[in-house]
Amino acid sequence: MSVIERTRPVQEAAVREPRITDEHGRRIRVWELVLRYTLLLIVLAITVGPFVWQLSTSLKGPTEDIYSSPPTFLPEHPTLHNYKRVADTIPVWDYAFNSLKVATANVVTNCVGSALAGYALARLRYRGRRVATLVFILAMLVPVEGIIIAQFTTMRELGLNNTLIGVVLPGCIGAMNVLLMRNAFLNLPYEIEEAAFVDGANVWQRFLRIALPSVKGTIAVVAIFAFMGAWDDFLWPLIVLSDPSRFTLTIGLNYLHGTFANDERLVAAGTVIAVAPLIALFACLQRYFFRGVGEGAVKG
Amino acid sequence: MADVSRVRRQLPTSPWLFAAPGLLVVGVFVLYPFASTVINSFTDRRTLIPGHFVGFANFRELWHDDMFWTGLRNSTLYILGVVPALVVLPLLLALLVQKNIPGITFFRSAFYTPVVASIVVVGLIWVWLLDERGLVNSLLETIGVGQIGFLSDQWLLLLSAMAVTVWKGLGYYMIIYLAALASVPCELHEAASVDGAGAVRRFFTVTVPAVRSTMVLVGALSSVAAFKVFSEVYLMAGPSGGPAGEDTTLVMLVQRTGTGLTGRVGYASALSVVVFVVTVALMLLVLRADRKEDA
Repeated sequence: MSVIERTRPVQEAAVREPRITDEHGRRIRVWELVLRYTLLLIVLAITVGPFVWQLSTSLKGPTEDIYSSPPTFLPEHPTLHNYKRVADTIPVWDYAFNSLKVATANVVTNCVGSALAGYALARLRYRGRRVATLVFILAMLVPVEGIIIAQFTTMRELGLNNTLIGVVLPGCIGAMNVLLMRNAFLNLPYEIEEAAFVDGANVWQRFLRIALPSVKGTIAVVAIFAFMGAWDDFLWPLIVLSDPSRFTLTIGLNYLHGTFANDERLVAAGTVIAVAPLIALFACLQRYFFRGVGEGAVKG
Repeated sequence: MADVSRVRRQLPTSPWLFAAPGLLVVGVFVLYPFASTVINSFTDRRTLIPGHFVGFANFRELWHDDMFWTGLRNSTLYILGVVPALVVLPLLLALLVQKNIPGITFFRSAFYTPVVASIVVVGLIWVWLLDERGLVNSLLETIGVGQIGFLSDQWLLLLSAMAVTVWKGLGYYMIIYLAALASVPCELHEAASVDGAGAVRRFFTVTVPAVRSTMVLVGALSSVAAFKVFSEVYLMAGPSGGPAGEDTTLVMLVQRTGTGLTGRVGYASALSVVVFVVTVALMLLVLRADRKEDA
């Protein structure tokens, strides 16, 4: 899907006529095009350049000067030596696996939990539905940063601090995801479900067979943002995890930076390991990333 | 009619079964902690010691705590520094990537990359870039400006952290603006340019009024986020908040005082209550400004 989207404008412009036009079919002047591409390249250097520099640093060998002025952007002898060293210094692959476990659990619980609750808020009739909706709206408005201390004490009371379950639990069914799913179900035409209802389908059948398959797009958005949120999260795992053997990748990187701050090649290799999976995910599923921004902004 | 039969055919408990997991999680891990934060703020509770009611003692202590004022100052400065940039720059960026010229979808995606990366990755990338011997300083030296201690001076540190926040947020708000720009009728632009308005003039007379409500939204989202800043400053200035702790933000102070085995839960809760109050006030303020301009 995303590949098609990415190439479509290029083809259209090329096929219709040789010169370049804007979306209203007006021709764009050459100097304007040059100006636009110059600006685009400058912004590209500012936004993506730092990642490339980090990658380049991580590939530079121990004998190469990484502080040279003027800087050298391409490693002279690219090597994966730093990636081996970072794994010798901290258990980086274990940390990555912990992050993966946390992120996967967060995806599953958020998709299942918010689809169920969203369906209950949108489609089912019962006493207290409006109260239930209000509960989720209020929960969405509470700033996480303001309740982390109480979340930490709650986790201690449950005996779950310093565990990966403790990392996942507070955000495992996000109020905002519930409301996103509710809106998605509300936007479905009611007639199909009514027909199934007349045919004698019970509430679970209607939910699983009819409603759920129609909101796949929103579920994908919830899944992606749940994965990204858990993989990237910093403040909460920093508070709840104290045992280095249970660190997630972000906390491990912070530890690496705090302990080996002068070894820039090492830290660079660690950050590349942490960011590469998400960039790959984004490259494959960018449509849903952008869609999520729109839906999230309208809500937030 | 349909409604009545629907109620009869579904089990009376099933709606609650559907909603229960969500309500449970939100109740136990969001609303209960919220309530207990407010209650704890009136106690002297510590991590391992249950507290007693102390009235407004925590808030009185806040008033005389220099670190609290430092945190409040830095978090407020953060709003002032970050929000104008995040309201304006992504709009300009959206205008730049709006036209469907060849390769533009690549640029749109590329500009979004910093949003996808973890704040820890972003923080560490910039710690290295802004290092005394890092890329930015070596470029500055090459063009003859000389070294700048971005990460050693109290104010430069805060400014650098703000720059990183803006850098990471650009792509996100760009996408929000793109959606808003798509709904601006192009006839408006055409009419304006027939009337002889140049690009700058059209920006102020057509684009800005058309996306004004989106600008308010972006302002609200970014100011609430800016006030709660933690990770950027924590990573760039260090856990203790830079030279003499002068770069500590309010949320950093919450994290520092409230966690660990010796954490002062009561006092940190009082700090959290301040975070709530300011956050809610900010939202109300922005919404009110929006309504006033509409009238």
